[in-house]
Amino acid sequence: MPKVKIAHKSTLVDMTPMCDVAFLLLLFFMLTSKFKPQEAVKVITPTSISTTLLPESHVAMITISKDGRVFFGIDDQNQRLQLIKNISDQYKLALDGQEMKNYALASNVGMPINKLKQFLDMTPDQQRAYHQDGIPVDSATQELSQWVDYTVNINNNNPKLQFVVKADDGTKFSVIHKVLEIMKQNNHNKLDLITSLKAVPEGTPAYEKYKKAGDTPGNAAEE
Amino acid sequence: MADVELASGSAGKRHGGTKSKKNSTRVDMTPMCDVAFLLIFFFMITTTLQRQKTMKLYLPHDVKNQEEQNKVKESQALTIIMAKDNNLYYYYGIGQDAAKDPANNVIQTTYALKGGIGDVIANKWKSVIQSSGGQDSMVVIIKPTKESTYENVVGILDDMNIYEVKKYALVPASDNDVKMVNDKRAAAGLPPLTNSDQPSGSGPAQSNATK
Repeated sequence: MPKVKIAHKSTLVDMTPMCDVAFLLLLFFMLTSKFKPQEAVKVITPTSISTTLLPESHVAMITISKDGRVFFGIDDQNQRLQLIKNISDQYKLALDGQEMKNYALASNVGMPINKLKQFLDMTPDQQRAYHQDGIPVDSATQELSQWVDYTVNINNNNPKLQFVVKADDGTKFSVIHKVLEIMKQNNHNKLDLITSLKAVPEGTPAYEKYKKAGDTPGNAAEE
Repeated sequence: MADVELASGSAGKRHGGTKSKKNSTRVDMTPMCDVAFLLIFFFMITTTLQRQKTMKLYLPHDVKNQEEQNKVKESQALTIIMAKDNNLYYYYGIGQDAAKDPANNVIQTTYALKGGIGDVIANKWKSVIQSSGGQDSMVVIIKPTKESTYENVVGILDDMNIYEVKKYALVPASDNDVKMVNDKRAAAGLPPLTNSDQPSGSGPAQSNATK
């Protein structure tokens, strides 16, 4: 009786191409993305059809939470360090190096200046868990305009500096109005409001414009 | 039963002498692949791909004397008052025409574009162009009350972009506006709005946001 040979095939698959693809993707993500900044509050922004992009640098962000607390932060870490140094000198807060470093590490902080030292004393984990009071925006203290002023100073009046308002869907207009008034008093009349993109509704003038331009409304190209 | 010859060979066939063992040069890439995908996953979660979108808002410089301010014609204006709970009221004109008492002309509508505020804006646009022969452009006065939300305000500002309204002003609702809306709300059996904690200086604190 002849021997029957069964071909013994390995079940192992060569993983090299898959690995190549995975690393390619990894490289792509590493190059194209930016780390999410650590936000003090979660903010759900309203939608608009605007496709203007946030500038990549020189951004000072005023975040307003749903319950009306105001936070302030600038995008550059070195500038944040400079900012807190100046504020500390001005208000004689006597912050030490570690506290200033803590401030520079947080992307935005919303504490009244007299409680700032106590807040910056905490570890980053405690800071995250802490319910910040928000920067006072009433006309008596002028604290928000101080932060704004010092930010302009640090930037040497750089015209590229852009103030951005990021507020929650449910924020009451009275708070927004106070912030806008403060910005106006400081002669910052061009503001950016952060919104998330929504599709342009059909049959409207804006829709017709996009169609004429040969764009797909909604996925409109960057301006 | 047929004999099955295994690739490893049977124990009986042993060659004499030393046999150099041939190791495969292939390396198992599976763990490396695992690590790569883990890293991808990590980067996808912790990073932002897209820059955020923004909407431009230009606040006007404060004008010192009244003469320098832009006067809005009664015929070209549309005033929108935002109440709470996504309710919206509008009237034609700027509410200063005594002959056409705006209190009776306050109309309630919704934020919807079709059958809501969108149609109101589009129709007003048409009538302003027709009546003035293309001379005047429409001016929309947006009046948020204390209880309107940021979403409402941005929504209406966005409608200005959608309908390409070039002139609009963002002004906090005056006590008179709130009173008119409250009269309307009382008739409909809705709770009134409060306007007590209104930021002061609502008169000159006008924010003309023109594109």
